[in-house]
Amino acid sequence: MNEVLMKVQDLSKYFTIDTDWRGKPVSVLKAVDEVSLTINKGEAFGLVGESGCGKTTLGKILVNLYSPTSGKIFFEGKELSALNKKQRRSYCKDIQMIFQDPYASLNPRMTVGDIIAEPIIINKLLPMSEVEERVIFLLNCVGLARHQRNRFPHEFSGGQRQRVGIARALAVEPKLIVCDEPVSALDVSIQAQVLNLLDDLKEEFKLTYLFIAHGLGVVKHISDRVGVMYLGKLVEIAPKKELYANPLNPYTQALLSAIPVINSEKKERIILKGDVPSPINPPAGCRFSSRCFKEFGPCKLNAPKLKEVSPGHWVACHLF
Amino acid sequence: MAKDNSANSAENLIQAAEYVEKPESQLKEMWETLKQNKAAVVGLVIIALLALIAITVWISELIGIQILPYDPNYSDMTKSFIWPNAEHWFGTDQLGRDVFSRIIDGTKISLFVGVTAVAISLSIGVLLGSIAGYRGGKTDALIMRTMDVMLAIPSILLAIAFMAALGKGLDKAVIAIGLVSIPEYARIVRGSILSVKENDYVQAARVIGNGDSRIIFKHILPNIISLIVVRATLGISSAVLDTAALGFLGLGVQPPFAEWGDMLGRARGFIFTAPYTLIFPGIAITITVLAFNLFGDGLRDALDPKSRIK
Repeated sequence: MNEVLMKVQDLSKYFTIDTDWRGKPVSVLKAVDEVSLTINKGEAFGLVGESGCGKTTLGKILVNLYSPTSGKIFFEGKELSALNKKQRRSYCKDIQMIFQDPYASLNPRMTVGDIIAEPIIINKLLPMSEVEERVIFLLNCVGLARHQRNRFPHEFSGGQRQRVGIARALAVEPKLIVCDEPVSALDVSIQAQVLNLLDDLKEEFKLTYLFIAHGLGVVKHISDRVGVMYLGKLVEIAPKKELYANPLNPYTQALLSAIPVINSEKKERIILKGDVPSPINPPAGCRFSSRCFKEFGPCKLNAPKLKEVSPGHWVACHLF
Repeated sequence: MAKDNSANSAENLIQAAEYVEKPESQLKEMWETLKQNKAAVVGLVIIALLALIAITVWISELIGIQILPYDPNYSDMTKSFIWPNAEHWFGTDQLGRDVFSRIIDGTKISLFVGVTAVAISLSIGVLLGSIAGYRGGKTDALIMRTMDVMLAIPSILLAIAFMAALGKGLDKAVIAIGLVSIPEYARIVRGSILSVKENDYVQAARVIGNGDSRIIFKHILPNIISLIVVRATLGISSAVLDTAALGFLGLGVQPPFAEWGDMLGRARGFIFTAPYTLIFPGIAITITVLAFNLFGDGLRDALDPKSRIK
C-alpha cells in the first residue's frame, strides 16, 4: 500500500510579472515555492488551500501544462523533470487531469463521443474498430448512456459534463488523476454524486488521486491523506483522521473551523484577520505570520521547515 | 447512482428501453440547419447561379458559340450611350458595347478574382495568425510586426509593388490582392486564438497528449470559424473592388475584357449622363457580395452545434 507513485521534491514555479528593458525579471510571483510531497499508489491525496495558494499550479505542473522553475518530479521512480519534451509527453497518458469548470473544459464543437475517443485515438491505444465500444464502456462507467455519445456538451447539465470530463481522463487508463476542484462548480446535490462516482472509479480502475479542493469539507469525504497549502508553501501534511482530530498548524485550525456545521453551538470559529497577502511580495519569515493568531518571536524572522512531529504528520510551524 | 456504474447493468437497462439512438451524421445535421435558414438558401442559390453563368460563358467561349446577345468586347461608336431599351437591356457604354453582355461575361472574371484572392489571403493569414497567437513570444512578435509593416503601407501601393515584382496580368493582380489582405486575417485570427487558447478544453487537449498542430486545427480553429467565415465573405467584395482599382491603373484586367469593378471604374465619369453604365455593374457586385454574406451567415450558424436544429 505504501508504494510511492509520485514524489515531488522542492518543486517551485515562479511566474514573471514584469521585466526590465533587458528582459530581466523585476517582479516574480512565487505560485509554488519549494513544495515536497509524496503520493502513494492507490491513495487519494487531498490538497487544500485558499484561492491563489498555488494548488492548481502544482496540479498543472504534474500534468505537464506548466514546466517547473526548479525542483524534481519522480513518477514510479523515474525523474520526469529530467526528460526532454518528447519523452515527457509519453508519460502524459499515465497522469491525467479532471478540470474544475465542466462548462469550459469540453470543446463545444466536438460530440461527447469524440471527446472521449480522442485520447484513445491519438495515443493509439486501440484499433479504430474498437474505439466506439470502448467509448460506450467509459460512458457507462461514469453513469451516462450510450445514445448520449452523439450529443454536444451544451446539451448536458454541469454534473453530466463533469462525468464526460472524468470519462475522458479515464480513457487512457491513467495511473494518477489530478482532480482540480472537480466539484466546486457543481450544485451541492450533484457534488455528492460526482464524489461517490470518483470514489467508486478509484476502486474499479485502481486509481490514485491528487484531489485539489479549497475547503476541508469536500476533501474529508474522499482523501486518505491531506496536505494544506498557504501562499505557495505546504504548511501541514497528515493522514486524514489525524488532521481532522489534531490539526497543528494554526492555519489548518482556522480552515477546519470554517467548515459549516449544522448544530450551531459547536466550536467557535477562528476568524483570521486581514486578506491573503500578495504572492508577489509575501511576508518575510513564515508566510502566514501576518494573519496568524499565535504569531510570536521567530515567525517574522525565518520561514519554518516541514518537520515530522508524529508518524506521517508533518507540519511547518515554529510552535513545533 | 453510484451503483449503476457496472457497465453491464447500465447497458442492459438501455437495451431494454430500446433507446438506442441511431447516430446522425454531422454533415446531414448541418445541411438541415442551413436549409431552415431562408436567407442562406437564397444566398446559396444566387452563388450557384453565378457559378453556372460563369461556367457556361467560359465553356461557350472555349468552343466558340456566342450565347450572349452581343459580343461583349465589340465596340461600335455609333451606338454609344444608348439608354436601356428592348434591344440593349442595360444600355450601351461609352464605346457602344452592350452592358448586359459585358456584365454576364464579367461574372467569370469577378467571381474568380473574389474567390481566389480571398482563398489566398485566408489560408496564409489564418496560418500565420494561428502560429503567432498560439506560440506567442518571439514568433508572435516577428510575425505580427511584419503584418504591421504591411498594414502601414496603403494596400493599393503595396499591391502595385507586388505587381511590379510579379509582372502584369489578371492572375498576378489576384495574387497581389490576396497577399495584401493577409494581415487583416492574421490579426483577427491571432486575437481570437489568444482568447480561445486560455480555455480549459485547450489545456485538456494538451493533457491527453495532443500535439500543437492538432490542438490548433481541431480544438482552436473550429471555435473561431464563425469569425473567419464572416470576414471571408466580406473580403470577397473588397477583393473585387481592389481588382478594379488595379485594373484602373492598367495593372489588373486589361481592356477590353469585361470585369465588374473595371466597368465601374471606367464609367465613373458618366455618372450623370449615363448612370446605367455604373448602376448595373454596381448591382451585380452588390448581389454577389450579398449572396456570399447571406450564405456565410447561414454557414456560421450551421457550423455551430449550439444553433443547430435537431
